[in-house]
Amino acid sequence: MPRVVVDVMLKPEILDPQGQAVANALPRLGVTDVSSVRIGRRIEIEFTGQPDLDRAREIADKLLANPVIEDFSIRVTEAGDAEESHP
Amino acid sequence: MTARIGVVTFPGSLDDRDAARAARIAGAEVVPLWHDDPDLHGVDGVVLPGGFSYGDYLRCGAIARFAPVMETIAAGARDGLPVLGICNGFQILCEAHLLPGALTRNQHLHFRNRDQVLRIESAGTAWTNAFQPGQEILIPVKNGEGCYVADGRTLDELEATGRVVARYLGGNPNGSLRDIAGISNEAGNVVGLMPHPEHAVEALTGPSLDGLGFFTSILKHLAGAPA
Repeated sequence: MPRVVVDVMLKPEILDPQGQAVANALPRLGVTDVSSVRIGRRIEIEFTGQPDLDRAREIADKLLANPVIEDFSIRVTEAGDAEESHP
Repeated sequence: MTARIGVVTFPGSLDDRDAARAARIAGAEVVPLWHDDPDLHGVDGVVLPGGFSYGDYLRCGAIARFAPVMETIAAGARDGLPVLGICNGFQILCEAHLLPGALTRNQHLHFRNRDQVLRIESAGTAWTNAFQPGQEILIPVKNGEGCYVADGRTLDELEATGRVVARYLGGNPNGSLRDIAGISNEAGNVVGLMPHPEHAVEALTGPSLDGLGFFTSILKHLAGAPA
């Protein structure tokens, strides 16, 4: 069944303390060549019928992302051809 | 006539009882409001209390924003209904776009729970007119996602128009930009505050009685004092 995948990320200018905490832990793994980690959220949506990108965009814009602090991108998996970004 | 103050309970609200108690101590008639009931039962003002509405899933306040009661409150707020959002209530007001900006994870990632000194920056709102501008007060702060952020232009506008209502003094507990603890909308009827005035209304349990000022303010405002 095709799904719509919504990726939500904090805008680049918004501080991501979780990402920083992860980045700061990496040296304990012996990793020293990572300069930045940013953490986002991936949401998968299944429609009862065909994936509806417009409806998914509305869901993402109104609920899944807060446009004040976050950007989102939408794509359909298993369809492979539809992908778009909303910076 | 006694002012009727509605206190909303969402699934996951924690501080609705304390907010109701604070309003009652200030002299209001308290009307419990339920998240699933769009009827405001004729209240003159509304408090959105602290807690973890709808489990704070997705983002704090993101789901509460779509509660039936919030649609009526949002419409009322645009028409001048006084609304005070405390902590989770502040997050809901930002998610509902009744206030600008957003509340994000505390910069140091720790939940912060302590008594906090604030400076009242604006005594011109419906919820702060009982204070003097510049007055320092002590009330509890307790949040994990209380870091106020907004773009530089919004922050400048808030400052220029006197809409920063309160600022943290003596250490910023969560990394909020420009030490902002509370803001108001343009008209001054909607106020969001991260710290908890409802926990500072009685000597037995609070660090001070300073929180009472927010609740006496709204009564003064409703009695006709210039906001």
